[in-house]
Amino acid sequence: MSSEQSIIETHSLNLYYGKFHALKDINLAIQAQRITALIGPSGCGKSTLVRVFNRMNDLIESVRVTGEVLVEGRNIFAPETDLITLRKEVGMVFQRPNPFPLSIRDNLTFGLEIHSDYSKQNHTEIIEQSLKDVLLWNDMKDRLSQTALNLSLEQQQRLCIARVLAMKPQIILMDEPCSALDPIATLRIEELMQELKKNYTIVIVTHNMQQAARASDYTAFLYLGELIEFGETKHIFSAPEQKKTEEYITGRFG
Amino acid sequence: MERHFQKELESLKTSLVKMGSVVEESIATAIRSLMEKKTELAAKVIETDKRIDALEIEIDNAIIDLLALQQPVASDLRFILAALKINNDLERIGDHAVNIAQAAQILCTIPNADLLDEIPKMAEITRNMLKDAIDSFILLDPAKARIVLTTDDQIDNLNRTVIKTVIDQLKSNKQTAECGLEISLISRNMERVADLATNIAEEVIFHTQARVVKHHAEDRR
Repeated sequence: MSSEQSIIETHSLNLYYGKFHALKDINLAIQAQRITALIGPSGCGKSTLVRVFNRMNDLIESVRVTGEVLVEGRNIFAPETDLITLRKEVGMVFQRPNPFPLSIRDNLTFGLEIHSDYSKQNHTEIIEQSLKDVLLWNDMKDRLSQTALNLSLEQQQRLCIARVLAMKPQIILMDEPCSALDPIATLRIEELMQELKKNYTIVIVTHNMQQAARASDYTAFLYLGELIEFGETKHIFSAPEQKKTEEYITGRFG
Repeated sequence: MERHFQKELESLKTSLVKMGSVVEESIATAIRSLMEKKTELAAKVIETDKRIDALEIEIDNAIIDLLALQQPVASDLRFILAALKINNDLERIGDHAVNIAQAAQILCTIPNADLLDEIPKMAEITRNMLKDAIDSFILLDPAKARIVLTTDDQIDNLNRTVIKTVIDQLKSNKQTAECGLEISLISRNMERVADLATNIAEEVIFHTQARVVKHHAEDRR
């Protein structure tokens, strides 16, 4: 692991929702251009953790964070952090596909319009490339003006990934990205993740342990807000170090 | 929450323990047929092998089902992989019991066949190794498994002594070729049983401690 380069690091990260201590002293290094899966039972803090990485939790009023989170070496909780830039660098894909009620084209250009550093003439190129990256280009190129809401769920989720890619992020966070999809669509999204990791770092939250085993390079197991174990996925699923991890992944829990 | 899957794992272990006891009995009977010159015991060993083969297939099928349907991970996965190999090892030991029994049948027809001092020694050590290997699996006891690993050298040395002695006897016409050949075959088969018992012990260590000890992997690190 030491030979690889970490793109996200947390140092003694603690997060509180009011008095509730949701993340406890998390120290984690996420490797660049790898897929890292966060697993653990409901309420363990995995979604909270993934939302720390682009400060989505800021939207919740009572949140308090201590410790450090470095993205590409910069502390994202430093006062000078520009949240718009951070969320452009660290994109997010959600559980339910959530395209805007706009055309396919406008879904992809929505972010570009907001960010002044993307000039108008590049849009066509960015639209084509983002759709190609998620393997939608051939199906969509002649219907870019049609509403995105008529696409299948899988296509909608691909479009949401393309919408993130259009912003040229470094990191893509995925919070249960396949839970609304059928098994075939799920496998296709997992295949897409393998393609995307050539250029992007992916952090995925999943309830589906087989998905973590199939699709990720590294796995972090969280329980009651603590990081119990972090390591190569093949190691976690064949010979985990911690008894709690063993009990969770073999289904002997609670 | 005990899952149905855990009951199936227990049932797989029970089948393997049964297989282990049948194979242990088969080796013991083969050795008795040799020592006591009882051909009827040898015939029993040959008959029992059919049962061992059937058990092997039954256990293989159970393992295929578990792998296909349950996608086991971690210690469950290591247990099932160990079970697959132990099953195969036990079936092979059953075959060696047959080989020993067939040699015993031939030796029964040779009056005053000289078994050498080493063969009874090998028989005792091999039986104990097999028993310890199977016990280490039943008890999931890696310390017991390691005892098996350290004993294997004794059998290798005894086997070499037997082969050398038989060659010397043949050269000096103190042994008939037929008898010498059967003695060396028995020695060779016992040495293989000891190797397979060692394999079983290695699998127990892999399952319980997630450590690979075969081919001196620990020394090479």
